[in-house]
Amino acid sequence: MTLREFTLHDIEALAVGAWILGTGGGGSPYLGLLNMRRLYAEGHRVALMPAAELADDDWVAAVSNMGAPLVGQERLTDSRTIARAVALMEEHTRYRFRGIMALEIGGGNSIQPLMAAAHLRRPVIDADMMGRAYPEAQMTSVAVGDLKPCPLTTVDVRGLEAVVERVPSWKWMERVSRKICVEYGSIASTCKAPRTGREVKRWGIHGTTTKAIAIGRAVREAQRAHGDPIAAILAVEPGKVLYRGKVRDVERRATEGFLRGRTLLEGSGDWRGAAMRIDFQNEWIVAWLEDQPIAMSPDLICVLDSVSGEAIGTETIRYGQRVTVIALPPPRVFLTPKGLEHVGPRAFGYDIEFKSVFEA
Amino acid sequence: MRRIGIDVGGTNTDAVLIEDGQVAVAVKAPTSEDVTGGILEAFMRLKATGGLSGERIDAIMIGTTHFMNAVVQRRHLTKVGALRLGMPASASLPPFCDWPPDLARLVEGGVWMVEGGHEYDGRPFMPLDGEAVRQAAREMRALELGSVAISAIFSPLDPSHERQAAAIVAQENPGAAITCSSDLGRIGLLERENAGLLNAALCDLARDTIAAFEAAIRGSGLDAPLFITQNDGTVAEAAQARRLPVYSFASGATNSMRGGAYLSGLDDAMVVDVGGTTTDLGQLRSGFPREANSVVRIGGVRTLFRMPDLISIGLGGGSHVTLEPLRIGPLSVGYRLPVEGIAFGGTRLTASDVAIAAGLIDIGDRSRVAHLDTLIRARVLDEAKRMIEESVDAVKTAAGDVPLIAVGGGAFLVPDRLEGVSRVIRVRHGDCANAVGAAIAQVSGEVDQVFRDLQRADAIAKAAALAADRAVAAGADRATLETVETEDIPIAYLPGNAVRVRVRVVGDVAASRDAPHRGS
Repeated sequence: MTLREFTLHDIEALAVGAWILGTGGGGSPYLGLLNMRRLYAEGHRVALMPAAELADDDWVAAVSNMGAPLVGQERLTDSRTIARAVALMEEHTRYRFRGIMALEIGGGNSIQPLMAAAHLRRPVIDADMMGRAYPEAQMTSVAVGDLKPCPLTTVDVRGLEAVVERVPSWKWMERVSRKICVEYGSIASTCKAPRTGREVKRWGIHGTTTKAIAIGRAVREAQRAHGDPIAAILAVEPGKVLYRGKVRDVERRATEGFLRGRTLLEGSGDWRGAAMRIDFQNEWIVAWLEDQPIAMSPDLICVLDSVSGEAIGTETIRYGQRVTVIALPPPRVFLTPKGLEHVGPRAFGYDIEFKSVFEA
Repeated sequence: MRRIGIDVGGTNTDAVLIEDGQVAVAVKAPTSEDVTGGILEAFMRLKATGGLSGERIDAIMIGTTHFMNAVVQRRHLTKVGALRLGMPASASLPPFCDWPPDLARLVEGGVWMVEGGHEYDGRPFMPLDGEAVRQAAREMRALELGSVAISAIFSPLDPSHERQAAAIVAQENPGAAITCSSDLGRIGLLERENAGLLNAALCDLARDTIAAFEAAIRGSGLDAPLFITQNDGTVAEAAQARRLPVYSFASGATNSMRGGAYLSGLDDAMVVDVGGTTTDLGQLRSGFPREANSVVRIGGVRTLFRMPDLISIGLGGGSHVTLEPLRIGPLSVGYRLPVEGIAFGGTRLTASDVAIAAGLIDIGDRSRVAHLDTLIRARVLDEAKRMIEESVDAVKTAAGDVPLIAVGGGAFLVPDRLEGVSRVIRVRHGDCANAVGAAIAQVSGEVDQVFRDLQRADAIAKAAALAADRAVAAGADRATLETVETEDIPIAYLPGNAVRVRVRVVGDVAASRDAPHRGS
């Protein structure tokens, strides 16, 4: 078995790369990173295990923080809360987890499995279920695969704990767990339905932790060398530049536990005179150039600081920022008709046909 | 329209009189230990030129690098009691958790975390544990902590727990200086708390410094309102500046950049401001410093509030120089250069001594530094060049050479040729560019509050009108007001479409005012 121990450098790079894969949402990984620095200083260590090495009958915990990243910026992140969500699941199911994986590699949730793994002394599995960040529970590869959505544990730092034992569908899981999350104050640490090794090998999106580390390392190295970090990303990932420009306006409204809205950009260089609008629901969902949709979920739309190459989130994007918009290719599982039903433009209320930036 | 702009640096106090947009008089005096002496001297030198006779002075604007220097040099800092209202959340990341250890050791007077804070939707996160706050305040008093920084979860949306805790701390600890993080604004507990902790660490220095400014003005027989310049190139009244010194943090550098733009006529260039103690570098965009859009590190501390995007290093004319191993700064003799520098009969080798020996500047007694041979001069000046080049590179936003405006009293340390720089521009009055930038600074008005039952556009319009009124009350000419920042954040789950709106407007200082605000 090949376990590779994360160095602190790996975790720092993971934070940068995961923020980019967050496609505007998922929350900043900074606080998770601070917790990891502290845990490493205390002598904790975490290792990474390829999904392919799981036995079919292993059990794997999938974890995430659920809720509004804005709340996380105020309540901060305590590594013990996510570890408690996993422990609660073990108490409830009497399973012993072989390893811990991320529900979503995008944003702060990329670090959650590392925090739980540090406290519980298990490896992190190199896979997730989104390949990015998405706002809802049914927007995952395991939901596309119709795997069982329950049970789910939710933990609030004040000691509130709840188990969602039975729901008929992922949509119901989304509705019920979101209600709990909103009551907690729009943030909850959760352990999703336990997955077998066989399920993770069939439906997990593999290698995403490694991918996030590679993207993060490319950005950091370009920054150090005063190179172009966006070119550096495109050198390690087959992405495409969609637009360069400046933020002209941001409109946000918070409804049903989501942050919805749009940002308007004015172009520069090749895009001078052409306006771009990007709609978001926690994450960037559809990009419109001169009112024509040019990129949409499940393609990854990433809005990056033109200078530093680091991601800019839907909650923090501000007037005047110089940005470059790039698209990264989506996990293949989302490109099937069933996949598009879950995460295509219609899943977000847009009556448009999905067309990938990467189609010839 | 006549204004005096003053910049109190670590080494020199510069003063200019601006009349109708032109520099009428510029003088320089050494900064004194009590600050007042240097300002008094500057006023005397201004008077001696005859420039202050005639029409009244409309305003006196003072900018200072004192507060930033204190953090960079880890000096004059007050020990702070950190009180966070938010338990049981956030316990694994206590106040000071991401500070550089050396600074934390100096400032951390103790950490108290108690239950309190609010939710995103306005409900209390936990009821405020007033008894625990009282207990914390007593322990702080027992430790003789005279400065307290209070932070609470979501205090920008609901500052009531911070205010209640501040009242309890004030009862138990009368006379303590209290900083509430909600006064510094933005969402992001750690970064807002860090700004609050730095503010609290500067409370004694701010009180003493601004009192000294006021005494100097009175002592010079001048009668004009006092404004303190702010991070964004505008000015605030003295009382607010004393309470919130972090808003004056980067004003010295901001003013230098604004002054550099004004004097050179260049709106898009890099500016390097070499003072006696620090060197600041920043990029001009349309005549204003590029504003930091995200977290700004101050002395290694992550903060998030209104700041220009700058790099500050410990290099200046007064910087200590050691030869084995070769090192310049960050310690500086500052205003004691004319006493402690070797060229002035002192014993401390400074960057200025080396520049004097090399003939870059003609001050002091060159014969006293004749023993510094060519090799030593070259080594030290190369090191200064290397430090500046490294910072130019770090500020750059793209590869390629940029024009560099060199200002400040220590600009002689900037060589004419630098890697990554197309040309070095030196301007007349460049040694007092920060005083010029202060003198031309505008007045701002800001509103940051929650509006309900209004459409977004109406809420923004209402906030803009309020901000305009505040700017006018603070001394701005209504006809010149311009909105420079608008931000709105919806607050979920509150009835009535609640939205938090922040608007900032700036305008010129009104030429004549019926009731001038005194800096009191």
